[in-house]
Amino acid sequence: MSAMLEIVGLTKLFPVRNGFGRKTGDVRAVDDVSFSIEKGKVYGLAGESGSGKSTIARMIMGLAKPTGGDIRLDGHSIIGETGTRAYGRKVQMVFQNPGSSLNPRRTVGQSIAVPLAAHGTPGGEHRRRIAELLEMVQLPADFALRYPHELSGGQKQRVAIARALAVAPQLLILDEPTSALDVSVQARVMDLLVDLGRQLGLTYLFISHDLSLMRNFADTVGVLYLGKIVETGATASVFEAPQHDYTRLLLASVPVISAEEEAMRPTIPLIDGEIPTAEQLIALRAAVSQRIEK
Amino acid sequence: MAQESHPKTVPTAPPRRLSNAYQNWYRFSRNPTAVIGAAIVILAILAALLAPWITPYPEHVGAVVNFRARHLPPSAEYWFGTDNVGRDIFTRVIFGLRISLLLALVVLGIAIPVGTTLGLLAGYFGGWVEVVIMRLTDIALAIPPLVMALAVAAVLSPDLINSMLAIAALWWTWHTRLIYSITRQLRTQEFVEAAETLGASKFHILFREILPNCVSALAVKTSLDAGFVILVGASLSFLGLGIQPPTPDLGTMVASGSAFLPDYWWESVLPGFAILIVALGFNLLGDGLRDLFDVQEVR
Repeated sequence: MSAMLEIVGLTKLFPVRNGFGRKTGDVRAVDDVSFSIEKGKVYGLAGESGSGKSTIARMIMGLAKPTGGDIRLDGHSIIGETGTRAYGRKVQMVFQNPGSSLNPRRTVGQSIAVPLAAHGTPGGEHRRRIAELLEMVQLPADFALRYPHELSGGQKQRVAIARALAVAPQLLILDEPTSALDVSVQARVMDLLVDLGRQLGLTYLFISHDLSLMRNFADTVGVLYLGKIVETGATASVFEAPQHDYTRLLLASVPVISAEEEAMRPTIPLIDGEIPTAEQLIALRAAVSQRIEK
Repeated sequence: MAQESHPKTVPTAPPRRLSNAYQNWYRFSRNPTAVIGAAIVILAILAALLAPWITPYPEHVGAVVNFRARHLPPSAEYWFGTDNVGRDIFTRVIFGLRISLLLALVVLGIAIPVGTTLGLLAGYFGGWVEVVIMRLTDIALAIPPLVMALAVAAVLSPDLINSMLAIAALWWTWHTRLIYSITRQLRTQEFVEAAETLGASKFHILFREILPNCVSALAVKTSLDAGFVILVGASLSFLGLGIQPPTPDLGTMVASGSAFLPDYWWESVLPGFAILIVALGFNLLGDGLRDLFDVQEVR
C-alpha cells in the first residue's frame, strides 16, 4: 500500500491583532499535524468545530496557505501547486453546505459543466457527461436544467458530489458533507459515497464531527483537538480503546440508543462549557500541550 | 356480470413547477408602485419611439413659426398650450422625451459595463487592484456631474454629446461601488471557492459566477439611476448645455418658458411636469424591483 496523500508537520497560524492593528500573538489553528492516507482508503478526521479540520481541508485544496509543513501527493510535495488545474484534476472537494457551494443563479448542468470546460472536455460532449455524472449520483438527467433552490439538501449535495467527480479525481476531500442534511438523507448520501468510492477506487479524506458516521465510514481515524492530532489509529481500535481524554470525551458525547452501546459508553468526568475563544486559546496553549504530552 | 374495470389509482402528476418568470411576474403585479412605475416607463418609451405618429403637430419640432397662435393656453386643440412662437407644446414635450431617454440610455450604456467590470475586479482581487480602483472611484465621486459637464462644455462646446460623455465619465462610480460591495461578500462564498478549486478561469468566476448574482441589484440601480440621469440631463439643458434649439428638449423648454412666468405658466410648468413624471416612473419602478428582488445593497 502506498500513501496517496501525506501531510507532514502542517501548521497554520492566524495572527491576532489588537485594536491598533499590532500583532499580539498567533492562533495556532493547525499545529504540526501529520498523517497519511493510503490509496483507496478512507481517512477520518474528527474534531468539533474550531478544531482546525476545515483549515486543513482548505490548505490541501489551496484555498489557504500553510504557514509551515508539507503536503505530498504520490510522494511529490505540492506546496505552491495546490490550486492549479493539474492538481485539481487529482484532488477535489465536496463542501460542507450544498446550499452555498452551488451558485444559486446557475442550473445544475451549468454548475457541473464548470470543471468539464476547465479541464478540456469538448463542448459537444458536455450534455452526455453531465447526464452520466448525474446518473452516477443517482439523479435523473433532467435535473441538469433545474436551479439549486428547486432541489432538496440531499439532492444538492449529490450535485456537488457529481461536480467534484467530473474531473475524475483520485482523492476526494469531504468536508462535513452531510452535516447540513437531516439524518435520513445523511445515511443515503453516505451510502452513495461508499458505493462511489468502491466503484471508482477513490481515496477519501472524510472530515466530520459526527463520530457515529466516522465509525461506519473511515478506515483510519485521526482526532483533532485545538489544531493538534491527539490520537490516531485504525477506526476500530480508536473507538474501542480511546487513549486520549479528549477522544473519550467525544465518544461519550455520541448519542447512543442500544443498551449494548450504552455499556460501552466510557464514564469519565466531562469537560464543561464551550470550546475556548482564540484569545483564551493562546493562554490555554501551554496547559494543553502539557496534557497532550502525558 | 360485466367485469368492472377498476380504475387504477391515477398517478399523481408531478406538481407543475411554476416558472421563475411567472412567479416573479405575479409578485411584481401585486406591487402597486412597481406597476405604476413600469407603466409610466413603458408609456414614456413608447411615446418617444412613436413620437412622429402620435403627436398632433410633428412639424412643430423644427423652426416653425406661427405668431397667430403664440402663447395659447391649454385647449382641446393644443393640449399643453403653445409657446412664444406658436408651436404645440405637447408635441414638443413628446419629442423632448426622446432626448431625455437617449441621454439615460447612452450614459448608463457606458457607465454600467465600465462600473460593473471595475467593481468586479476590485472586489474579487483585492490588494493593490482594489486600492487603485476604489481610490479612483472616490476621486471621481467627489466631482458633481453637473460641474463636470459645465467644465467640459466650457473647454469643448456646449452640446449634447459632450454633456453625455461628461456625465458618463463620472456615473460609473456608483456602479463600481455597488458591484464592489456585493463582490466582496460573494468572494468568500463556497460556490466561488468551489469554482476556483474546479479550475475555472478568473474570467469565468467574475462574469459567470459572481455577475449573475449582481443582476438584480444592477436592475434596481439602473432603474433608479435612469431617473437621476434624466434629471441631471434636464438641468444641463436648462443651463443651455444640452441639445441646441430648435430640437425640442424638456430642460430647454422649461428654461425658455420661464421667461413668460407666471402669465403663460404652461410653457415651463408642463414640460417640467413631464420631467418629473418620467423621473418618478423610473424611481417607482426601481423601488418596486428592489422589493421584488429583496435587494438591500442599493440605497
